Amino acid sequence: MKSADVVVIGAGIIGSASAYYLAKAGYKVIVLEKADVIGDGGSSRNGGGVRQSGRDPRELPLAMYGIENLWPTLSEELGYDVEYCKKGNLRLGKTEKHLKTLQGLTDRAVAVGLDVRMIDGDEVRQINPYLSKEVIGASWCPTDGHANPLKATLAFYMAARRLGVRYYTGETVKCLKKEHGVLRYVETNDEIFAADHVVLAAGYASRAIAGTVDLDIPMVTRLVECLVTEMEPKMFEQMLGTAEADFYGHQTRHGSFVMGGSSGYELYKKDNGTPINSSTTVPCIARGICRYVPLLSDAKIVRAWAGWTDVMSDGVPVIDTVEEVPGLVLACGFSGHGFGIAPAVGAVVKNLVAGEKTVCDISGLKYDRFYAKDVVA
Amino acid sequence: MDELQDRSRDIGPFVAQPDDDMIVCRCEEVTKGEIRKAVHEGLYTIPEIRRFLRCGMGLCQGQTCAKLVKSIVARELKVSPAVLEPATSRSPMRPIEMHVFADEKEDDE
Repeated sequence: MKSADVVVIGAGIIGSASAYYLAKAGYKVIVLEKADVIGDGGSSRNGGGVRQSGRDPRELPLAMYGIENLWPTLSEELGYDVEYCKKGNLRLGKTEKHLKTLQGLTDRAVAVGLDVRMIDGDEVRQINPYLSKEVIGASWCPTDGHANPLKATLAFYMAARRLGVRYYTGETVKCLKKEHGVLRYVETNDEIFAADHVVLAAGYASRAIAGTVDLDIPMVTRLVECLVTEMEPKMFEQMLGTAEADFYGHQTRHGSFVMGGSSGYELYKKDNGTPINSSTTVPCIARGICRYVPLLSDAKIVRAWAGWTDVMSDGVPVIDTVEEVPGLVLACGFSGHGFGIAPAVGAVVKNLVAGEKTVCDISGLKYDRFYAKDVVA
Repeated sequence: MDELQDRSRDIGPFVAQPDDDMIVCRCEEVTKGEIRKAVHEGLYTIPEIRRFLRCGMGLCQGQTCAKLVKSIVARELKVSPAVLEPATSRSPMRPIEMHVFADEKEDDE
């Protein structure tokens, strides 16, 4: 048996950010990862958005806190360049219907204090001259941006490891076990880990693990797909998205464009046991890119990849302690938009473990918010 | 638990070598020293090395350097290269223009 103050289940960016801030606060931490590779789920398969605009108001405080307090100094903090670039987010529209969608998102964000506004097509092209004339408007959030998800995930891992966090890969968690009503043990395929606190940050796998202490978190899986182009001359620095969500992405510091998107069948893709691209999604992303950024039509795609993310029934994660399972902290169900808020989630998880007031409001992300449709909370 | 699962196992200190500035991945210009250093900072698998340093992520997609990178990482970890899984090969087979990949339907629009 191995023991620690905190066992974190899941070595994605959420688990590693949590481990980092816990270790920094003096906790002895063990991280368990079922894959052989660190950050092999959604952490390595996203467009790198670090944005506030377009977010559900319940998770917006995390996004705003991270962009205000953590992202600007994250590279120095961790000792590795995470390529954070704060040059704004344009969410583009081509039709009146798109603009209505964008206006709705913008109004909700303004109501909770975010600096985001609607701009017209000409102003869009002043900010980014490469965008198609067909773009008639956008929401513009100048404090949004992007970072490199591959590097940021591994930077949290390497920095946590440097602080003495023990990582074990290839460790599949079988169950959680209580002792005298308090969570005490994490059992894996070949070892038992004892801890005072357990942080469950295992993406979709969290559902089955939480199930072993009779807790259900209503989530499903969704296949996310990305593509990357060859290196191009520097064109623009903003993060792009669309009202239609057909593509999103940015140009990396390296010069390549990393773009994600959807075809509409993400919840229904076949699971062949290994996350491979479907035949429909990358062409769909490519069509979106060609229509919005015509100059990229000749850019060469060098690679495409796919991975499963967890999707909550109401689209925002659960970040909470659990009354019925003292010692357990949940941080899962990020629904495909966990990357940008990951540092803030790490800080909040440390607060929850320490029993402190959280650095920002997470009252909308409780584990017991799931009522039947005819019950008013 | 096998030897690669414990990410804090002792593999000894990083010791500089005279050919550390040799370029191993030519597409992305990644040196032997950078790869060896990354192993000592905890990157024990080929996918992690690739994601962090970009070796094997350029135009040739690792067709030139994959084997070399693997042997460097294995030597640093003091294991056989055979125990290291290669990075996943990804579509497309060779770089393809965006508009070609996009042209899935005959009457697009």
